[in-house]
Amino acid sequence: MLAQRALPDPDTLAESVSGRDRSAVARALNLLDDRRPEARQRAARLLATLPRERLYTQGHLIGLTGPPGAGKSSLTAALITVWRRRNLKVGILAVDPSSPISGGALLGDRLRMLSGQADSQVFIRSLACRGEYGGLSAEVWPMSLVMLAAFDIVLVETVGVGQKEIDVSKLTDTTCFVAQPASGDSIQFLKAGIMEVPHVLVVNKEDVGTAARKTLAELRASLRSNPDAGDWQVPVLSASAARGSGIEALADSLSDHRDWLQQNRLLKPRRHRFQAEWIIKRLHEEFGWFGIRALGGEQDLLAQLTTEQESPFAQYDALRERLLMNWKT
Amino acid sequence: MMSTDNNKVKRDKPWLMRTYSGHSSAQASNQLYRTNLAKGQTGLSVAFDLPTQTGYDADHPLSHGEVGKVGVPIGHIGDMEALFDQIPLDRMNTSMTINATAAWLLSLYIAVAERQGFSQSALQGTTQNDIIKEYLSRGTYIFPPEPSVRLTTDIISYTVENIPKWNPTNICSYHLQEAGATPMQELAYALSTATAVLDAIRERGRLDAAAFANVVGRTSFFVNAGIRFVEECCKMRAFVALWERIAKERYGVDDPKLRRFRYGVQVNSLGLTESQPENNIQRIVLEMLAVTLSRNARARAIQLPAWNEALGLPRPWDQQWALRMQQVLAMETDLLEYGDILDGSPIIEAKVRALMEGAEVEMQRVAEEGGMVQAVETGYVKRQLVASHTARMRAIENGELKIIGVNCYTETAESPLTAGSDSGIMKVDAAAERMQIERLQAFRAARDAGEVGIALQALEDAARQGDNIMPASIRCAHAGVTTGEWSGVLRNIFGEYRAPTGIDISGAAVGRADRVAELREQTRRTGEELGRPLKILVGKPGLDGHSNGAEQIAVKARDVGFEVVYEGIRLTPEQIVKAAEEEGVHLIGLSVLSGSHLELVEDAIARLSSLGLTDIPVIVGGIVPPEDEQNLKARGIAAVYTPKDSDMNQIMADLVNIIRESNGLKRFENAA
Repeated sequence: MLAQRALPDPDTLAESVSGRDRSAVARALNLLDDRRPEARQRAARLLATLPRERLYTQGHLIGLTGPPGAGKSSLTAALITVWRRRNLKVGILAVDPSSPISGGALLGDRLRMLSGQADSQVFIRSLACRGEYGGLSAEVWPMSLVMLAAFDIVLVETVGVGQKEIDVSKLTDTTCFVAQPASGDSIQFLKAGIMEVPHVLVVNKEDVGTAARKTLAELRASLRSNPDAGDWQVPVLSASAARGSGIEALADSLSDHRDWLQQNRLLKPRRHRFQAEWIIKRLHEEFGWFGIRALGGEQDLLAQLTTEQESPFAQYDALRERLLMNWKT
Repeated sequence: MMSTDNNKVKRDKPWLMRTYSGHSSAQASNQLYRTNLAKGQTGLSVAFDLPTQTGYDADHPLSHGEVGKVGVPIGHIGDMEALFDQIPLDRMNTSMTINATAAWLLSLYIAVAERQGFSQSALQGTTQNDIIKEYLSRGTYIFPPEPSVRLTTDIISYTVENIPKWNPTNICSYHLQEAGATPMQELAYALSTATAVLDAIRERGRLDAAAFANVVGRTSFFVNAGIRFVEECCKMRAFVALWERIAKERYGVDDPKLRRFRYGVQVNSLGLTESQPENNIQRIVLEMLAVTLSRNARARAIQLPAWNEALGLPRPWDQQWALRMQQVLAMETDLLEYGDILDGSPIIEAKVRALMEGAEVEMQRVAEEGGMVQAVETGYVKRQLVASHTARMRAIENGELKIIGVNCYTETAESPLTAGSDSGIMKVDAAAERMQIERLQAFRAARDAGEVGIALQALEDAARQGDNIMPASIRCAHAGVTTGEWSGVLRNIFGEYRAPTGIDISGAAVGRADRVAELREQTRRTGEELGRPLKILVGKPGLDGHSNGAEQIAVKARDVGFEVVYEGIRLTPEQIVKAAEEEGVHLIGLSVLSGSHLELVEDAIARLSSLGLTDIPVIVGGIVPPEDEQNLKARGIAAVYTPKDSDMNQIMADLVNIIRESNGLKRFENAA
């Protein structure tokens, strides 16, 4: 009889991850995905041990989102090529929908991201959204953090139109929306204020010609300013993943936005906010608004949580414990 | 006794008899061809290996394990000369199953003829040159549809002008049937492909009406014949009638000769069974009847598979047996003494009419999608094929469709045919790949590098400027350019294409529904016990493009609750192992149908162990002979699935248990 497999030691794992060891990143992601109590404790320890400056001041976390069929994966593939030319190490989290009936999922994004040869400086992990239709499961944020400790750029790719974009903008420095030519949906959502304004907008498939130019013009016309984004001017770009055109400019705009955040001292607070949002999201999943109110309400919690004293898992567990104690007594 | 009549009866000329063959090296294949011709074969049908078909040299990483496996490796003019050594090309009729690199292999063939001292105008034969079905089924495409269709039309325009007896394109319904097409769909999609190609030529507008009529006349087809031989016979009659109509009405061809539906056949290989393989003999003979009974819709060329194709590569004796079947039908029976024996049968006529009507409706549907190229790009055709294929698999699984020896009458005595020391199949010499690489490198070292550079530049110019690709390619052939170099230039200009797969298209999974609920529960519980949902990777290492099996496993696994990473075709073992690590999967499934399972699996296992990932179990699916199965299991492969394992639910139950055992959990007891 085989013995059950041992879980990895979080301290050595954290060290290897910060040493940019690919195998360690893979094992760390498995650990973060593991819901057994013992694994959860080790995951908390792992996140707490990762170097703080990496997680809060370095690297670039990018969210790439847009409607199905807009060519997000092909665009990601084209961006990978550009980043590799710039000698950057790249991590990708590709989120695909799961079947609501079986819970199973076909994760086909790698297929469209493949380049000819295996490149050890590109790391792709596919994830099923697991019941969060069009949204992001709770594992995504801690996973992106581990990847940030090992790669220069971490891109989270997710399907979405409308409100669910908010999810990815809650855990990335820069949100990029990929629009489909000749599809009015994204423009309607933008106009109606349903969709949060992204930091970078790109119309893919410029090779189709007129339709792409028309969508581009409409997007430029309907753009409102993002209240969260200060004086950042949202670029509206045109590209073609198929032809490889406009990709350098897109990579530049993404990196410009990160520089802008840095210069305005917004990067660190933004990342602390992701952590707080994540903790609230987890608590909300488990206890609903009732639980959030019992802890003092969302605003209070946010204020309380945007410090970097403890690891998010530890904070989460402490809050959870507090709630459970409340009800016991 | 020849005939009851005293006078000598006039017999029709028999069709061309070929055997699809080629393996190991040009030298070994040449020997096989000469033996086959001596046995009465009347034409050649060249099988190329996958690196040649997908434009890679033998020393490219993706070629590893594939060199000389499913056909002959042709890397340059030296190989092509060796392949036709002592076979005068002015008298030979050669069919080449070649598509993405068709222009290149035809150029090599022309160059060899010129070196043998013949003019290219004397050549006779066929290049398959049908890229559409590669996207849908066979998988040896390279470039996107637009430049691919351009290459196809370049070959057609070139041969119509310079090699009048050449069949430049052999539109294939063969592979559509293998991908699941019903006879009606086969008719509709093959004819829609033909019109897509002919329309493209007409639109280029370089040919006058007479030359274009010749192009229509030189268009030929490559058809499959399945076991329902009455319906298949009617399908062929429907093809003839529909093509006649299309040539006349759509293309205005006046000469009835140029409106004839000319076709070659390979009878169904995918339907051949691994269990009780001797039954394949009667299947093959009956299928041959379907394409020979009607005099007015009779095949021009026939190649029969060998009885043991589901087991592995056929030996020369197996191929001889297949040839003898054709000879007996053509020379011993009285078939060729009569006119069309089915003419006037109301039953046959009604069936033909029904097929024609169904096909016309479906062709209209394809036209509404914007034509065949668009219907492939949008995934419409693949969806239809996946649906038909799934329905067929269901019917086999629930016993509605009977397959003797597979889902009924499975009891059998031991077969003496597979009892020999070779297990009844041919083994490709393991040194073939190494020797081919050595020959290739010696050839590269000996050629005039300057001349190669100039020829490649001319090829690039022609490709960019939209000139016909053939003259520059023939020049490359003479200069000593390699297959990988020729394709490399065009890859850079045209780009590479990844076709929609069966999983992009959400097909329904196969398997009896009553067990699915139980399997979902087992998958979910095991995921809980292991801390996260079960995740598997389905990979196709190597160059083999037959992805139906892998895709079915992927879709089925999704339906019982697995998270499935599927990356499509043409991956190196290195890429697959890298993906398995990055994705954190619980199990890896490898699918290989080209016979290179031992090399590719060994490579993958070595890489897994160097990454410390030996705890991830690996399963293999494909055409794996029993001896190799033992071999693979001895190297640590957890399970091997071959075409005889048709119960998808059982495979899924196995996967769960394999994952459980390798993680120290107790197996589930399955009712199965």
